Amino acid sequence: MTQPAALCPSCGAPILFLWSSSVQTTCAHCHSILVRTDVRLDRVGVVSDLPPDSSPIQIGASGVYEDRAFTVAGRIIYDYDEGSWNEWNIVLSTGDSAWLSDAQCQYAVTLPFPAKPLPALDAVHLGDRFRWNKTAFTATAITQARYRGVEGELPFQYWDKQEATFVDLRSTGSDFATLDYSDAEPVLYLGKMVDFDALRLKNLREFEGWS
Amino acid sequence: MTPLEPPSPPGGPQVETLACPNCGAPLAVRSMGRAITIVCGHCHFILDAKDPRLRILQRFEAATEEEVPLIPLGSRGKWRGADYEVIGFQVRAMVVDDITYNWREYLLFSPYKGFRYFTEYDGHWNDARVVTALPEVERDSARYLGKKYKQFQTCSAKTEFALGEFPWQLRVDDSVEVTDYIAPPYVLSSETARNETTWTLGEYVYGADIWKAFNLVGLAPTPVGVYENQPSRLRASASRIWFTFAGLFTAIVVIFTANQMFSKQEQVFQEAYVFSSSSITEPSFVTPEFQLKGRTSSVEVKTDADVSNQWLYLSYALIDEDTGQAYDFGREVSYYSGVDSDGRWTEGSPHDRVVLPSIPPGRYYLRVEPESDVRSGAMRYSVTVTRDVPVLGIYLAALGALLLPALLISWRTYNFERMRWAESDHPMKAFGGGQ
Repeated sequence: MTQPAALCPSCGAPILFLWSSSVQTTCAHCHSILVRTDVRLDRVGVVSDLPPDSSPIQIGASGVYEDRAFTVAGRIIYDYDEGSWNEWNIVLSTGDSAWLSDAQCQYAVTLPFPAKPLPALDAVHLGDRFRWNKTAFTATAITQARYRGVEGELPFQYWDKQEATFVDLRSTGSDFATLDYSDAEPVLYLGKMVDFDALRLKNLREFEGWS
Repeated sequence: MTPLEPPSPPGGPQVETLACPNCGAPLAVRSMGRAITIVCGHCHFILDAKDPRLRILQRFEAATEEEVPLIPLGSRGKWRGADYEVIGFQVRAMVVDDITYNWREYLLFSPYKGFRYFTEYDGHWNDARVVTALPEVERDSARYLGKKYKQFQTCSAKTEFALGEFPWQLRVDDSVEVTDYIAPPYVLSSETARNETTWTLGEYVYGADIWKAFNLVGLAPTPVGVYENQPSRLRASASRIWFTFAGLFTAIVVIFTANQMFSKQEQVFQEAYVFSSSSITEPSFVTPEFQLKGRTSSVEVKTDADVSNQWLYLSYALIDEDTGQAYDFGREVSYYSGVDSDGRWTEGSPHDRVVLPSIPPGRYYLRVEPESDVRSGAMRYSVTVTRDVPVLGIYLAALGALLLPALLISWRTYNFERMRWAESDHPMKAFGGGQ
C-alpha cells in the first residue's frame, strides 16, 4: 500500500506514504515535519532528537487486530511522570487509522469512537463510570503527558503541541478506552487491551542478544 | 552518562553500563530505558533512571541486613515461551500480630513482553503479571474475568531492601496496602497506595522449574508449610479417587446384582432335627449325602432353631465324600427376650446363616454335633444347605477397601486446606466450615 513518492521540500529526499490519508509525516533523512495539503508538502518544523526508546514496534511493522491486518505508519511519543509511552499510528486493512499504544509493553489498540457528549476533563475523576458501545468503563488513570516527539505518518497535524491530558478507562473484560483532551473538544478512542502474541507482529525491531 | 565498559559479548545480554553518582560503582542498565528508578548494587542509593545524571532520589540507610538474591540480577531464562532477564530485586515485609514476615520479589523483563515478577516466600514461588482487565471487589471475594477469588488476607507491605531497576518510583520504606484473593493455583493481588490500585495475577510455580529455566546453580529452597495459593495436589487426586470410587462402586453393584440374578441358589439339603441336651446318647451324627454341582462356588448353611431364652451350638463339618476334605465351622443360635424398665428387649436370633465361599463340586455330607445347656430340654432345629448363593461379604470388603483410600485422601485434603486458611484473615473454624 505504499503510495507514490513525493519529495521532501527541505532536503529533496523521497517521501513515501504508507497510508493515503496521512495528513502529516516526517522526513527520515532531514527530520523535517511535513504537512500534506492537496497539492504539496509543507515543512512546518523539525523533529527534535527522539529519546532513546525501547519499543519493539517500528514503522513498517505489521500485525493483526481483530482479524484485520495492519501496518505501522507513524507514532507520537509522550512523556509523563512515570516514564514515556508510544502511540503508534496503525493503518488497518479496512483503510481506517487506529492507535496501537505500547506503555511498558502493555499493548492496546483503539479507534476513534463517535460518542457525544463527552465529559469535560474537570468532571472526570478516578473511579468514575461511563458506558459506551454497550460496555461499562471505569476511569483508572488520568495522565498529564508532555508531547515528546513524532515520527512518520499521522492522521492529523500534531507538531506544535506541548501538553495533553489523557484519561484511561478499563472494563471488567479486555476493553480499553482513552479520552483525549489534547484539543478543545475531547475525543474518545475505544478498543482492547491486546496480548503481544495475539498481535502476531512481524518486522519488529531487533534487540541485540534477544530473540 | 559515562559509558564505562564496552558492550557485552555478542549473544549475551544487552547491558548498558553507567557509573553510580554516589560511589562510582558501575551500574548495569538492562531494561532499555524502561526503568524509572535504579538501585546501586554497591551503595544501595536509589537513583533517578530518567535523569542522564542519575539524580539521587533516596540515600540508603542500613536499616536492614543486605540480602543476596537467590536469582542473581542479569540471569536469563526462557519462561512461558519468551526470553526474560532478571533486572530488579526487592525484599518486602508485612507485620501481622507483631511478627514480621519477609518475602522477595524478582522483576523480570523482556523487550517484547514487558515485565513479570517472581515472588518467593518460604520457598513458595509465584509468577505474577499486572492484569489488563479490571477486577470487581465483592463482599469477601473478587471477580476477575468471570472467575471468583476468595479474599485471603489484607496487610500493609513495606519495601525493606532493593537492588537493580524498577519501572516505577521505588523507595525503601514505602508501604502499600496489599489484599490477596485466591483461587489456587492463582492469586489476585491488589496493591493500593495514594488512592491508586494496581492489580496483579500470580500463578503458583515450583522453584525447581525456575531453577531449570534460568539455569541456576544448586537447588531451589524447599517450600515450608502450605502457601496461600499452593494447589493441593491431593485435591486433584481426591476428586479423582472419588470419581474412581463411584465407577468401581457402580461396577460392584452391577456385578453383585448379576451374581444375585445368575446364582442358582439351589437347595440341596434340608432336614429337621430334635436335640435333647439331657439325652445321654452321642449327640453327633452325619446327614445323608448330597450333590454340590457346577463349578467351585459358595455353599450356604442355614440353621433355624426353636430357641427361646436358650442357646444351641452346632459344630459343623462339611465333608467331601470322595476326598475326605472337611470344612469345619461352628455356629451358635441363641435368642433371648424379656421386659425391663426400658420396655421389651430381645437379643440374638433363632435363625443363623453362614456362607462357605468356595466349595468344589462333588458329593458331600454334613457331620453335625449339637450342644446346649443341660437344662434346655428338647430343642427342634432344621439345617438347610443351598448351593451357589451370592456372597455379600466380599463385596462389602471390596467396598471398604475402595472407601478407605478415598476417605484418607479427603481427610488429608481437608487438613491441607485448613493449613492454608490458618494463615489467612479467615481461618477455618470447624470441620467443613471456615473461609
